[in-house]
Amino acid sequence: MIGRAATVVGLIALVSAPFVAPPYQLTLLLPAFAYGIALLGLNLLFGTTGLLSFGHALFLALGAYTAAWLTSRVGVRSLEVIVLAAALVGATVAVPVGLLCVRYVKIYFGMLTLAFGMLFYSFLYKFYTLTGGDEGIRVLRPTLLGAPFADLDKVAFLTGPFYYYALALLAAAALIMRRIVRSPLGLSLRAIRENPDKAGFVGVSVRRYRFYAFVIAAVFGAVGGALLAVPTGLADPLLAYWTHSGNLVFMLLLGGFQNFLGPVVGALVFIVLQDQVMSLTAYWRFVFGGLLAVVVIFFPGGLLGLGRPRERSA
Amino acid sequence: MLLEAIGVRKLYGTFCALDSVTLAIPAGQFVSIVGPNGAGKTTLVNVLTGAVPPSAGRVRFKGQDVAGVGPVRLARLGMARAFQLVSVFPDLGVGDTIAVAVLNRQRRGARPFASLRADRAVWDEVAALAELFGLGASLGRPARTLAQGDKKLLDVASAFALRPEVILLDEPTSGVSTADKHAIMEVLVQAAARLGIKSIIQVEHDMDIVFGYSDRIVALHQGRVLADGPPAALQADAEVMATVVGRARA
Repeated sequence: MIGRAATVVGLIALVSAPFVAPPYQLTLLLPAFAYGIALLGLNLLFGTTGLLSFGHALFLALGAYTAAWLTSRVGVRSLEVIVLAAALVGATVAVPVGLLCVRYVKIYFGMLTLAFGMLFYSFLYKFYTLTGGDEGIRVLRPTLLGAPFADLDKVAFLTGPFYYYALALLAAAALIMRRIVRSPLGLSLRAIRENPDKAGFVGVSVRRYRFYAFVIAAVFGAVGGALLAVPTGLADPLLAYWTHSGNLVFMLLLGGFQNFLGPVVGALVFIVLQDQVMSLTAYWRFVFGGLLAVVVIFFPGGLLGLGRPRERSA
Repeated sequence: MLLEAIGVRKLYGTFCALDSVTLAIPAGQFVSIVGPNGAGKTTLVNVLTGAVPPSAGRVRFKGQDVAGVGPVRLARLGMARAFQLVSVFPDLGVGDTIAVAVLNRQRRGARPFASLRADRAVWDEVAALAELFGLGASLGRPARTLAQGDKKLLDVASAFALRPEVILLDEPTSGVSTADKHAIMEVLVQAAARLGIKSIIQVEHDMDIVFGYSDRIVALHQGRVLADGPPAALQADAEVMATVVGRARA
């Protein structure tokens, strides 16, 4: 009940933010919305299924490059088409990658996803004609529901129509993911997380269901990536770099992977905190490293797990 | 014949865990597999349930070769298994644990957009099964919070939820207090009768349980079948009893 009330209050605050918050603060929220979508997917893989990917940035980069290609090289500006194309590209790449990765679990799964992420990073970096190399590819301003909003400057576009578009997409993604988590597939995935051997003996096709979770997570990651690229206006290889995947895991832990909205809260807090700390010191990574250690040691349930009783590892 | 092992041999390196084991189990039997530690009982269950492939020989279930097929296909064919050590989903509730088996038996466990809570038929079946195993009042409790005996029952209940024709139970009363053992066995046998399970095969050390419930006992020793017959025949064989139990049973 408290959770539902907090969600409603949070949503009202985000909807009314453009009327009260300065544009700079609003532009900070845009990547948080995009990460929120990607993390909902990543948490289906980690929080629900028990597979920790260290290469999920691969799919955000795929989404961002899909947006870049479509807007800069194909001339497609419709964000609806871009989002659908990103989802399709994410799913297409996730099929072979997932088929290989879900054969393994624990650290082997994590390392394999990391390897694929870095492979894609190298591809983006080296195949200059296709990807723009280290310079990346520009992401041009998309149309939203067919409207170009040509009369708005960039900031007005981002903090006005695009802000609500991204927020609506995040809300839709959360509703879809909520449905998935509460579906028979969600229950089967939780069973796999808890005890894969037992799950197999009650008829759960463990590897196949892990694969489904992987593909769904990839689709959410690619959609998040497409949305992430619009405010920055650029898709570059660093989106696929392993530290970006590490940030995603950090956001999950920060918000609390055991809570459905933990990833979204983690993304919001991470982005705002990163901005604040970066404005104070050049050693922001040092501060974030310390913060990550504190979260893991003292608050393993993350921000949304603060009220819960603490669980120790065996 | 429901389940057959034909000349099964299982090697782990140079160690022979099973050697030329041949068994034929028809419908309607409660079979106990007994033997001293290291006799190959759990290996035999693993081979019969397709968890490990035999090094030689064949395992047939309802006429199909099932050697090494894996648990999912075996469950679909109609064979279920419960483990020696309690195997549950610690953070899932009792109802959810049984529901996983029910949904996947119906091949509806992969639907991503269906509402789990709204599926009345599934929850009615879950409630009926939980009731059958005395877990009706604990549907919402996470498995990790149950008493050991109830965890054992939940483990078995989730296997029964697959509505198997044959169920293999690896020491169904291990880790349970002596007082609870017979209660568990009674629940189990009655549930099997109610659900129409054709055959139960159990590995068991407790000879009171073995002789109290079995129609047939298969005694293993050093990977080979030492004796195979009704309880009275084994009881009358002092040599077998000495090997299997360590003493003649009074």
